[in-house]
Formats: sequence, C-alpha cells, structure tokens
Amino acid sequence: MTSTSANAKKDPVNGAQASKPRRRKQPEGPKSNRNKGPNQPNKVLRFFNSKKVAPYIFIAPFIISFLVLTLYPAIQAIIMSFQSILPGQVNFIGLENYERITNPTFYKALTNTTIYVILTVAILVAFPILLSVFLNSRLVKYKTFFRASLFIPALASVIVSGMVFRLMFGETDTAAANQFLGWFGIGPLEWRYERWSAMFLMVFLTSWRWMGVNILYYLAALQNIPKELYEAADIDGATPIQKFLFVTLPFLKPITIFVTTISIINGFRMFEESFVFWESGSPGNIGLTVVGYLYQQGIQQNDMGFGAAVGVVLMLIIFVISFIQLILTGAFKRGDE
Amino acid sequence: MKPNQNKLLKLIINGIFFIISFLALFPIISLFISSFRPSSILMREGISLTFDPSTLNLDNYLYIFTEGGVYWQWYTNSLIISLLVIVLSLFFSSMVGYALAVYDFRGRNFFFILVLFIIMIPFEIMMLPLYQMMISFQLINSYTAVILPMIVAPIAVFFFRQYALGLPRELMDSARIDGATEYGIFFRIMMPLMLPSFAAMAILQGLGSWNNFLWPLIVLRSNDMFTLPIGLATLLTPYGNNYDLLIAGSVMTILPILVLFIFFQRYFVEGLTVGGVKG
Repeated sequence: MTSTSANAKKDPVNGAQASKPRRRKQPEGPKSNRNKGPNQPNKVLRFFNSKKVAPYIFIAPFIISFLVLTLYPAIQAIIMSFQSILPGQVNFIGLENYERITNPTFYKALTNTTIYVILTVAILVAFPILLSVFLNSRLVKYKTFFRASLFIPALASVIVSGMVFRLMFGETDTAAANQFLGWFGIGPLEWRYERWSAMFLMVFLTSWRWMGVNILYYLAALQNIPKELYEAADIDGATPIQKFLFVTLPFLKPITIFVTTISIINGFRMFEESFVFWESGSPGNIGLTVVGYLYQQGIQQNDMGFGAAVGVVLMLIIFVISFIQLILTGAFKRGDE
Repeated sequence: MKPNQNKLLKLIINGIFFIISFLALFPIISLFISSFRPSSILMREGISLTFDPSTLNLDNYLYIFTEGGVYWQWYTNSLIISLLVIVLSLFFSSMVGYALAVYDFRGRNFFFILVLFIIMIPFEIMMLPLYQMMISFQLINSYTAVILPMIVAPIAVFFFRQYALGLPRELMDSARIDGATEYGIFFRIMMPLMLPSFAAMAILQGLGSWNNFLWPLIVLRSNDMFTLPIGLATLLTPYGNNYDLLIAGSVMTILPILVLFIFFQRYFVEGLTVGGVKG
C-alpha cells in the first residue's frame, strides 16, 4: 500500500517510467478495491501524457481563444449586422442596416480611408526600397545610427506622436510647420481644418512611424540577394541603375508583396491617427475613417447592429482587396509549385 | 577624377541620410525640449522651431511628480496590463507554437493555417460582439476585459512555431526515455531553449499593449482605470489646461521604452519586424 501511493505520487513527474513497475505489480493481485483508487488517475495521466493527446492540450488555449474570441464574435458580428439592437430588444430587420450604409458620411469615410491607404502604401513601399538600397551600399557611413534613428518613431504610441504632430502643425504662425513655411513667405495654414492637409497629417504621421520598420524589412531582403549576381552584372558592364532594376528589384518582390499586404490591412484599420487629431469629430468629416465611423455609430451612438454592418463591409473590402492583390502578384502560383 | 566624383556622391548621400534621420528624430527631440517649456506657452503657440532658452524650467515635471496622482494611476494600470499580457500571451502562445512545430498530429496543418488566417482578420470586426460579451460578463472597466483578447496572439504563435522548428527533437526522445512527461519536456527542457525567442515576443506584446488604444478606449470607463494612451488622449482637448501633465506625461511614457531600446535593440528589431503588427 505504501509503495503504491509512493508510485502514484511519483507518476505525475516521470509517468512513463513509473508505469512499468506498476504493470508488473498488477498480476500480483490487488487485494482490495482501494488499490484501484490510485490506479485510476494514473490511467488518466497516461492518457494525457500520450504523444497523441499532448499536442491537443498544448494547443487547447489557441482552440478555446479561437472559438470564444474570434469565431463566435465574427459570426455574431454577421448576425448583428441584420439586427436592430436596442437595450433589451433585439429584432431582425433584414438588410436595413446595409441599406442605411449607403449614405454620404460612410462614402466620405470610405473615400478618406481609400486615399489614405493608396498614399501610405505608395510611400511606405517606394521610399523604404530606395533608402534601404543606399543603406545597404558602401556609399553610406554610420549605417547603425541611421537605421536606429529611423526605427525609433515606431516605438512611440500614435497618441504621443500624434500629440507632438498636433502641436507642431498648429494653426498659429508660431507652430513649427507654419514657422518653416513662413520663411518662404507662405502664410500660416490651418492644417487640421482643410481637406488636403488633414489627409497630409494622417499620411505623414503613419509614414513617419513606419518608415524605419519597412526599411528593416527591405534590408533583410537585400541581404539574401546572392552577391555573385552583382559580380556577373559587373562583368557584363551593367550600370548601377540597370543592376537595381534587373537584379535588386526582382528579388524584392516577395517582401514587397508582404509589406503591401500589411500596409493595406493596417491602412483600412486606421483609427487612432484620425482620433488623435480630431477626437470625436473632424470638420466636415475630413478625417473620418471607416473604423472611425464604426466607432462613432456602434459605440458612441450605441447603434450596434449598424456598427456591425459597417464592420462586415470593412471585412469584405479587406478580403476582396487582399485576394485581388494576391492573384495579381502571383502569390498563389508560387504556392502551387 | 573618378574617386573625387565618388567622394562627392558619398557626401551628398550621407547628407541626405542625416537630414532624414533628423526628420525622424525631430518630433521626439522637440517633445523632450518642449517638456521643459511653460505649458501655457505650449498651449498657445504649439511646438516652435525657435524658443527662448531662458524660459526652460522643470515646472511640468514638478507638477507631474507632486500633483499628477491620476497620471501615475494610469501608469500603474498600463504597467500591470502590459506585464500580464506579456506573461500570459508568451506562456500560451509559446505552448501552441511549440506543439505546432514538434508534434505530428491530426489537424496540425489546419491549425497552422488557421493561425495565419487569424493574423489577417482585423480585430475591429470582432470588436462590437466582444464588447457585448464583456458587458454580459460584467467585465467592463476591468483589466480582464483589456487583456482577454490579447492572451493568445496568433502572430506570436507563428513566431514561436518558426523558432521551435529548429529545436533538436532528439532531446525529446531521450527525455522520454528518462521518463519525462510531454509537459515536463516542454517546460523543463524546450522552453529554456526557446528563451531567445521570448525576448523579441515580450517586446512585441509589451509594446503593443503599452500603446494599445481602441479596445481599451471602449472597455475602460472610469478615469482611474484608464491606461496611459487613453488617459493622455483625454488631456488632448483644445480648452484643456492640462498641457503640463500631457507633455511631461508623454515623455515619461516613451522614456522607459527608449531606454529599453538602447539596451535591447536587437530584440526590438526582431519583435517589430516579425509580421508588421500594429505598435
């Protein structure tokens, strides 16, 4: 009896080994049913410890969190988008929420977001490619310093950096941006109150924050280009520009697809960059984004059904664009090979 | 002739890079300088390119350390939430990533593709149902509500899985012969081997939670529960007379991150370039 209980205690620690002497012991005959007591958890332990079951226990947190925090809310969001949700009163109203979405404010939000995505993607792909090629060349000294200082903006939150931008792009002629323009005789601008400059502020803030991170992506990709290719190009008498166009760029295609994809998704999710400049509302909605509209309708107005419909539309837009982009760039083809 | 041309080119390119680096650092530098300027001037004039050095003083910091009680409450909230997110998400995500890498089990590929798929789904779409869920569980205005959606981070799962693929599997077999359980193998043998990957993910998750905005904005209601970004955003009103708290508080928010960055640059770079996660 004492030995059995000692074994049972040992089991959780080194089950596989401890189970062997147990099996040998069993033919000796358990004298009472009490012996089955410690035996039962041992079987359970062995079950949980088998190589077939253990991986599922390891990934259980993911399965649970996927079901509860992703799948259920995603389905619920779609259901909610067909409902009118008032406190204590939920009704199915068919497509009414989707019909209401076709309104000028949503179009404005969608237009703003689309322009923002196009601009940030263009800037955050083109500049990092150019800068990283130079940073990778022998022309630039102090590489570590440049890399680090370009990366630092990514560390500050949108709220903190946006606050600084807001103070630098203030309306007064004493604010940094207007001061700078003043030297060239350009009068003080009301940055936050005009359509083009509102877009400029959001795009500039995002580009400033992410430039360094994208440069690092491209630097990593550049390291993977075989040096022999450049040597071969040198022998063929290629100019630096030809080398860039015909050797470097083709190798940067996969990372460009990746950077574009995340920039598009993050662009359509944009909210903070607008919130930090105008909080609850911008004049004439010049800074309103799709997620901003979702927040305004779903949370502030508490019209959750309508907010959910905005979310579903956003999800569809992102899926369609990602899909088109992946087909255009041939990402699926590569996967088949 | 040619070396000279080359030198000129080098000079120009390096000059351009200095300008770009200066532009990148300028907002941060001016934030630091402005935190020593009178907040009333800051509110009236904004951040200027020129300033009168004789007006520099420590008033904003004196204020935040003597009367900034609510600010330090936000700071504590942010610290607790970030630490909890780091510990929980690293624990669970490493478990999942490890299993996806070292075990052959049915559905392994399915679950891995699911992880990749979830990375692509914008959180904002699940936001309203999650918000409803938090209301019905009465978790509104609690740390739990903020932390819950961040516990298993698919991007971290992906990263840990990639890292665990390189673990020596022979170790597992010999450990099994020595009588170790599957869980003992993970916690005692493999997890220590995976430690280098933990640093990068701790920074990714910590920074993400330290700077997280939209979700905490929705589920946190009372001033004493706010995290730093939410709290600071409430000071961002044009009529506010809280610019002393705002500007000194912003410095205190990014200062610890900058200090950490200086010491752990490599892990910051590793963490932030894992998959372009929003910071």
